[in-house]
Amino acid sequence: MMTTTENRQGLTPAILEFIESCKTREHPESFLIAVLHKVQEEFGYLSREHLDEVAHLLSIPTSYVFGVATFYHFFRLQPQGKYSISVCLGTACFVKGADKVLEAFQNHLGIGMGETTKDGLFSLTNTRCLGVCGLAPVVMVNDKVYGQVTPQQVPEILNRIKKEIENEAAGQEDDTE
Amino acid sequence: MKNINLIIDDTPVTVPEGTTIMEAADRIGVHIPRLCYLPSLSLEGACRICIVEVEGFKNFQASCATKVAEGMKVRTNSPEIRQARRDLVELILDNHPMECQTCERDGQCELQNLAYTLGVRERLFAGKRKEYPIDDSSDSVVRNSEKCILCRRCIRICAEVQGVYNLNQMYRGFNTVVAPAYMDPMRESVCINCGQCINVCPTAAFIEQDSTEMVWNALADPGKTVVVQVAPSIRAAIGEGFNLPAGTPETGKTVTALRRLGFDVVFDTNFAADLTIVEEANEFINRLKKGERLPLLTSCSPGWIKFLEHFYPEMIPYASTCRSPMSMLSVLIKTYYAKVKGLNPKDIYVVAVMPCTAKKFEARRPEHYSPEGFPYTDAVLTTRELIWMIKSYGIDFNRLEDGQFDSPLGLSSGAADIFGTTGGVMEAALRTAYEKITGESLADVNFKQVRETTGLKEASLKIGKQTVNVAVANGLQNARTILERVKSGEKQYHLIELMACPGGCIGGGGQPYPQNGHYVLEPEILKLRAAALYSIDEAKTIRKSHENPDIKEIYDRFLKSPGSQLAHQLLHTSYTHRFPRGV
Repeated sequence: MMTTTENRQGLTPAILEFIESCKTREHPESFLIAVLHKVQEEFGYLSREHLDEVAHLLSIPTSYVFGVATFYHFFRLQPQGKYSISVCLGTACFVKGADKVLEAFQNHLGIGMGETTKDGLFSLTNTRCLGVCGLAPVVMVNDKVYGQVTPQQVPEILNRIKKEIENEAAGQEDDTE
Repeated sequence: MKNINLIIDDTPVTVPEGTTIMEAADRIGVHIPRLCYLPSLSLEGACRICIVEVEGFKNFQASCATKVAEGMKVRTNSPEIRQARRDLVELILDNHPMECQTCERDGQCELQNLAYTLGVRERLFAGKRKEYPIDDSSDSVVRNSEKCILCRRCIRICAEVQGVYNLNQMYRGFNTVVAPAYMDPMRESVCINCGQCINVCPTAAFIEQDSTEMVWNALADPGKTVVVQVAPSIRAAIGEGFNLPAGTPETGKTVTALRRLGFDVVFDTNFAADLTIVEEANEFINRLKKGERLPLLTSCSPGWIKFLEHFYPEMIPYASTCRSPMSMLSVLIKTYYAKVKGLNPKDIYVVAVMPCTAKKFEARRPEHYSPEGFPYTDAVLTTRELIWMIKSYGIDFNRLEDGQFDSPLGLSSGAADIFGTTGGVMEAALRTAYEKITGESLADVNFKQVRETTGLKEASLKIGKQTVNVAVANGLQNARTILERVKSGEKQYHLIELMACPGGCIGGGGQPYPQNGHYVLEPEILKLRAAALYSIDEAKTIRKSHENPDIKEIYDRFLKSPGSQLAHQLLHTSYTHRFPRGV
């Protein structure tokens, strides 16, 4: 019905312009998903402030915007971690015990699916078939593929990444010296 | 319109084109089981309980959503259909707590009733069950998602009838849950506490905050003078809880039942309804004379007021500053009555019986607390809660004799009785405003233009030399329509009555669940409840609020004049901008 100035912080001029253009077309509400795509593309995830702003600008009830944002796996409600761990739950991987692998990641990271660790380093998602079923169960960490992963290997993988981060940090310190 | 001939269970039936199979079956007296279907809401087709066999179709058809066709052959009770329906209910039950005996809806639950009707005698499926904490953050509405069966009735009524859109389905698949945006607690949402979600919920996924326990405790406390007040619309609906036909007015028995329960003093909210009219008419006439802050928006309905605060805060200056009749009476009980009786207001416990869950919220608003910090209204019971208390006590309601309200806050005019139905406040206000403005006596007190239980009404009336444009809206989607017309300048109204619930308080969120063979908010039932109130009005000799002798007396002895400083301090209130801002 109305826009509020108090929660207007953030959407970029490009996105605001896109929303304005949607409003001149028939059924502006049908562009909600397109708008959310743009917001996520820009900010990496959908924050509460952004969802509020979209709701008011498109005159779509906030509960409906949130319903759409939580319905589609594509949308993230938390910022993506530096390392995005994606466990394949496709048929082949699942049969080979991918659910146990996922569980191991959840236990070691202390987060659920679609969530990000407090330090902002890891986020956990799942995926359907990466096309390398011969390596099942498959896990991707950013663009790196790990094959035939067992739950026992999970701490090892996480340690390796943590070491990588440490080395990187040390390298940066070296640079500054 | 073209007629369609079809055969349902070997019985030929002719219905107009466009009729659904379910409606056609109703015509021949076959009640197809149903769950998500509710005639006053849009079609959902989600539960599939109402499936039937249609010859020539491979799959079972949802009879609520399938239109009849010429020559159709329908079977409503073949063994396959009966089995499929039973399976569907069993699957719902599999994901539902097995707590019927301790559930608030026990005996009045549509799911429980369905399981019985369909003959579910064992639970063959055992699977994972959803787990959610109970959201009891709101003063009015408790949300228990473990009992939710995802029929979407609450979502539909919150959106289609109330225009609030607080609820929706969040997440998907097994994790689907009905909640406010961001899964926020109800207290922090745009929920207006109207309780219509409770009314339409087939189970106990939505239920009112229980106040019966604290009332039993107060009644048992010898140090308290427990005073009760009864809203106008209670008397029109309470009988339904005791198997009386809808529309049976039961003022006297209600009074007696309250005394039997142990209330020390029984007052009538109607008295304060008369007082509201005198104050509001005074406010209206002042604004009309000055031509400022028009239209005046009525302020009796706490659901509507919270809607205003979330959705139209820029229109708050137009709202009447009058407290609702409930709060006015509570204030007077703890000031005027306490003084007359020499009681310490802290030893008085005020219980209000209301058709409304939002009144529970109103009672907890800081605006309705005394400067010393005690609430004017201690507890609010819904009609449903009072019915339960009467039954729980073992009182045989139908055999009670008629009782009388206590004095000095118990006498009311007919104008007060009709407060409980849409258009009633308007009519009551017009009766008083007309006489105050013109100084003439009103020949016919019946303003039929603003009656009817429809959602939106408009009328133009001649009061003296002036034409007064009025509008009446119930159901907040209709309130939106009216307010948008005002904002755009399309219409110039002087006075608008707004009630949150369909039909006004008679369709309130705290009214009895429907009787057997009826459905919630059935227009016929609302009409009967309204007619009950109009019949009480007509039977009274005093039908104008300002002619109520006890109202005259309270001004003479205590308040001085309408709009006086004391009246302002005690009977008026203020509103606030609320967040989250509604869309």
